[in-house]
Amino acid sequence: MPGFTGYHASRVSLGKHGCMANYSTNEFKAGLKVLLEGEPCSILENEFVKPGKGQAFNRVKMRNLKSGRVWERTFKSGESIEAADVLETDMEFLYSDGEFWHFMRTDDSYEQLAADAAAVGEAKDWLKEQDTCQVTLWNDAPIAVELPNFVELEVTETDPGLKGDTAQGGTKPATLQTGAIVKVPLFINIGEVLRIDTRTGEYVSRA
Amino acid sequence: MDDLNWAPGASLAALRDRGVALALARQFFADRDVLEVQTPLLGAASVTDPNIQALVVEGGNGYLQTSTEYHQKRLLAAGLGDNYTLGPVFRAGEQGRLHNPEFIMLEWYRLGFDDRALMSEVGELVDALLGPALYETLSYAQLLASGTLSVAERRDVPSTNHADLRVVNALEALGPGRRFIVDYPAGEAVLARLDDADSAIARRFELVVDGVELANGYFELTDPAVHRERFAADQQVRDQQGLPPVNPDPRLLAAVDAGLPSCAGVALGFDRLLQLRQGAQSLTDVQAFGWLRR
Repeated sequence: MPGFTGYHASRVSLGKHGCMANYSTNEFKAGLKVLLEGEPCSILENEFVKPGKGQAFNRVKMRNLKSGRVWERTFKSGESIEAADVLETDMEFLYSDGEFWHFMRTDDSYEQLAADAAAVGEAKDWLKEQDTCQVTLWNDAPIAVELPNFVELEVTETDPGLKGDTAQGGTKPATLQTGAIVKVPLFINIGEVLRIDTRTGEYVSRA
Repeated sequence: MDDLNWAPGASLAALRDRGVALALARQFFADRDVLEVQTPLLGAASVTDPNIQALVVEGGNGYLQTSTEYHQKRLLAAGLGDNYTLGPVFRAGEQGRLHNPEFIMLEWYRLGFDDRALMSEVGELVDALLGPALYETLSYAQLLASGTLSVAERRDVPSTNHADLRVVNALEALGPGRRFIVDYPAGEAVLARLDDADSAIARRFELVVDGVELANGYFELTDPAVHRERFAADQQVRDQQGLPPVNPDPRLLAAVDAGLPSCAGVALGFDRLLQLRQGAQSLTDVQAFGWLRR
């Protein structure tokens, strides 16, 4: 918290590796990346509570960036925890070799990084080559991949479309170019490009 | 800078109500012949209380005052009589829904009052500003009994701090209503005298309104030797917790040596009182320029 002239400002210290800062609870705010139990986390909420003549505490909600789970922790105010070297950056998806998903930085470095299945998670169903997504890097290694809310993917396999059934009616499974299977209206044909909501995995419309 | 908004955080109606409430409070004391006094914001000394950290002013040779208590007690020792302050105080590192590092405190001292007499007057002041209501009285032990800790809280917080966290949880669990907390254990006396009949009990009280700690008062300790003992005990806790040492205020001790008259005193968080008066969620709703808008 810049501006404090008291002892709190001096609580920021170097971590055991000598290069990574620690954050005191006084600096906690939404979006701050910290290490808890060796896991990289992003602070969601920080509530300061204190009895008038007692110890102060911070009740903190944070998201484990690897598992996506929300953790709740109570800290004594003034405690410090290690900062996590986490960077969220836009990257272009290149290809998958079956074991790893390869991404390239969109800056001028053209640096390539490989993410494993755990990091890619459910995004693998919707990742199309040359699409840009947000990759979370921890110590320069990808730990999470976040897609845009909507992606456009081509149908590679589905039963033939039914003419005259464009308004309403049933659905059928369709396989997309990524291998994902979604429910689509009966009128959709192979080769058509569909708009998919990646948050729900549902068909939205023809692209 | 998180926020470059120049406009006040509180509504204009909230700011106008603050002016009304300040005038009501001053009238309350004028009606009772309690004198308004002004004391230094930047004092040479600070408090030893390990749970209160002052802002140190580099180049200012001192501390922004966490309360006007010591200066008011020096005025009492000098014979000025009943007095109050209504102005800003500062506490490092306290920022949240109910905390701002700078806040307005209403603090007053009454000669010849004990804690019970002062509790009545605190109730009258709160009635004047929030409207009349009933007051319940709970012992500190009863308060603590209603505060439980979750398994996670027990895991996260060292056992030496469990009591404080239980207090936080108990206050939140109280819900609506005005309650005086009394019968604090001797270890929580701060600068209250101990009960003549039971030295395990301190003559300290707090007022909690709708779960918010609003005021903290003492039948004041006057014994100079006990002052020194308590300050020394604070210093030990500061050492154990790795907190910076704070020298006991030598001018306060000299004033107590000269003779502090028997009195009771109380400090009330005026911004919190406004928060309750206006039904505001957060202090930032009643302060023109809270911490993030200074």
